[in-house]
Amino acid sequence: MSDQETLISVRDLQLSFGPKIIQQKVSFDLKKGSIFAVMGGSGCGKSTLLRSIVGLLRPTEGQIMVGGDDYWAQDDARRTAINRRYGVLFQNGALWSSMTVGENVALPLEMFTDLKPDAIEQLVRLKLGLVGMEHAIDLFPFEISGGMRKRAGLARAIALEPDILFFDEPSAGLDPITSARLDDLILTLRDGLGATIVIVSHELPSLFTIADDGIFLDAVTHRPIAHGSPRELHDNCTIPEVTAFMHRSASIPSQTEQKAEQHV
Amino acid sequence: MTQNSSTSLSTKTASSPSWSVESTAAGVCLTIKGKWTALTGEAMLFPQDALPPAKAGQTLTFDANGLDGWDSSFITFVWNVKRAAGQASLSFDSQALPASAQRLLALLPEKTEKPAPHQENKEGILAHIGGATLNTLQEIGTVSSLALQVVKGAVQAVRGKSSMRLKDLLVDIWNAGPSALLIVSVVNFLVGAILAFVGLLELRKFAAEIYVTNLVGIASAREISAIMTAIIMAGRTGGAYAARISTMQGNEEIDALQVTGIPLAGYILLPSILSLVIMMPFLYLYGTMVAIFGGFVVSMSMMDLSPIGYWLSTFDGVDLSQFAFGFVKSLFFAGFIALAACRVGLKAGRSAADVGIAATRAVVIGIVGVIALDAVFAIIANAAGI
Ligand SMILES: Nc1ncnc2c1ncn2[C@@H]1O[C@H](COP(=O)(O)OP(=O)(O)OP(=O)(O)O)[C@@H](O)[C@H]1O
Ligand SMILES: [Mg+2]
Repeated sequence: MSDQETLISVRDLQLSFGPKIIQQKVSFDLKKGSIFAVMGGSGCGKSTLLRSIVGLLRPTEGQIMVGGDDYWAQDDARRTAINRRYGVLFQNGALWSSMTVGENVALPLEMFTDLKPDAIEQLVRLKLGLVGMEHAIDLFPFEISGGMRKRAGLARAIALEPDILFFDEPSAGLDPITSARLDDLILTLRDGLGATIVIVSHELPSLFTIADDGIFLDAVTHRPIAHGSPRELHDNCTIPEVTAFMHRSASIPSQTEQKAEQHV
Repeated sequence: MTQNSSTSLSTKTASSPSWSVESTAAGVCLTIKGKWTALTGEAMLFPQDALPPAKAGQTLTFDANGLDGWDSSFITFVWNVKRAAGQASLSFDSQALPASAQRLLALLPEKTEKPAPHQENKEGILAHIGGATLNTLQEIGTVSSLALQVVKGAVQAVRGKSSMRLKDLLVDIWNAGPSALLIVSVVNFLVGAILAFVGLLELRKFAAEIYVTNLVGIASAREISAIMTAIIMAGRTGGAYAARISTMQGNEEIDALQVTGIPLAGYILLPSILSLVIMMPFLYLYGTMVAIFGGFVVSMSMMDLSPIGYWLSTFDGVDLSQFAFGFVKSLFFAGFIALAACRVGLKAGRSAADVGIAATRAVVIGIVGVIALDAVFAIIANAAGI
């Protein structure tokens, strides 16, 4: 992977809410075409890290370099321009509740392209079809289930064919079959669209199948404690917190997971 | 010591929980007796100093032969013991406890963790005042820049390249206009009627009853209808905007807009603000008419004047400029209410309680602001001689 172009380079990032430090000294490179996993117990700051990369939370220290520019040193307009290359799936889908599923997917297309309405409609159907949601095109977000909302959110995230996709727990709350389909879809997106993907997930089978690099955040020391693909970490890492996470199906909950859960 | 001793039938069933500590050669032995099932009082507390002094490296063991059933009150107690033992550097041997209790105990952390600190402000009075001033200035800046963005959005909308969806605007216009007609009617009618009633009683003393038309007409066109309508809309629409936007905030919808690069000002704020600014002046005009009608109804029943005479006298006494003044005021009221409500909504936190707080705050700011603005208008009008 190391021969490939670096899209985003995170340097010594510190994330905090007021005086409370969530994570510090977070550094990693996101290589073009890779699938990067953000791992760690619940409440360790995975979503927070994602939010700071996509421009929703200003880090208290460190840089996020995107194509040579320090993202948070740019002005609003420039940041918005960078964000056009991003597609984000939020943890609960975050569909716009006053619009139907179809309109949700269509809105970015209407905003940022000059496509004709029927071309947009075709694209919307395609994106919804990819996530198995074409039938729900005219339903409102409150009329569909949590898992469906998430899939619709995914369709919206890929509406503008982004270079970099950010997924916050894409498969949590999905049944195993849909979840497996989603893994396939993520791989297909990477290969088909040449997208790069940052994924936060607890689903170990998914992570092993798809991710080829990653970082492990620790909730107790508030730092990353391991770098590497989930497969490598599973096979070679000896840090107790990481092995507990990776092998947890075989062991009772460890102290670290307990501690992390108390922060939820 | 068998693990299932707690179920032995020989013990009395309703025995109350008790415990005692003894020093032994190997350390400390804690004897537990009775039925630890109800979540009752003192037995759950294990005083930190209840352990007799022991040498480091000794062990704390249990004698649970007399234990007759337990629930989480027992676990609470044993957890306290475990932590006390940890502090006294005794090693903790829970083997004598029921197996399932041991498993529960293993889940609990050894040390009590300090709960994550809640953000508190411990600052001096000067720092507080300074901070508040800075916040206010910053807030003024933020609101001004929001207003500017909304105006820009409006200009773009006029040019036809806008992020606003016509559908959103129409829905908002419907909510801010036609669906508010009933309450605007009721309130203004009653206010007009009350004005006429009180006015007539007083004017009668001077045999100047005919001037009730001027009183009702000028008061409602210039002040009362504009203010009443604005207050109604602050409660109705302002509160609704704040609640809607803060719900979107909690649902990460605002984040999703921001990440996608859809301008908030154009997309969320513009339809809300525009709809109120468009509808409020009309509601005001309508409200004035209803108020005058309210006055008319009361006057007809209390004084001797022909209906036509009442209306003629009203239009004779109330200058068109009074209407213009009220009209302009209600434009500003609308802009203020909508902008403040949107700002409050955007600033709100993410929980359900925050939605309520935001709605309340929007209504309060709206009402107080409208009255303050009205005072400013009165001063300006006085200076300009309107
Ligand atoms: N708005 C906020 N204000 C203060 N603290 C916050 C806020 N949002 C999150 N936190 C704290 O930040 C920490 C990390 O939260 P985050 O949502 O990033 O966790 P996570 O790793 O995504 O967990 P999960 O796997 O459960 O989604 C938590 O301890 C939480 O208490
Ligand atoms: Mg999360």
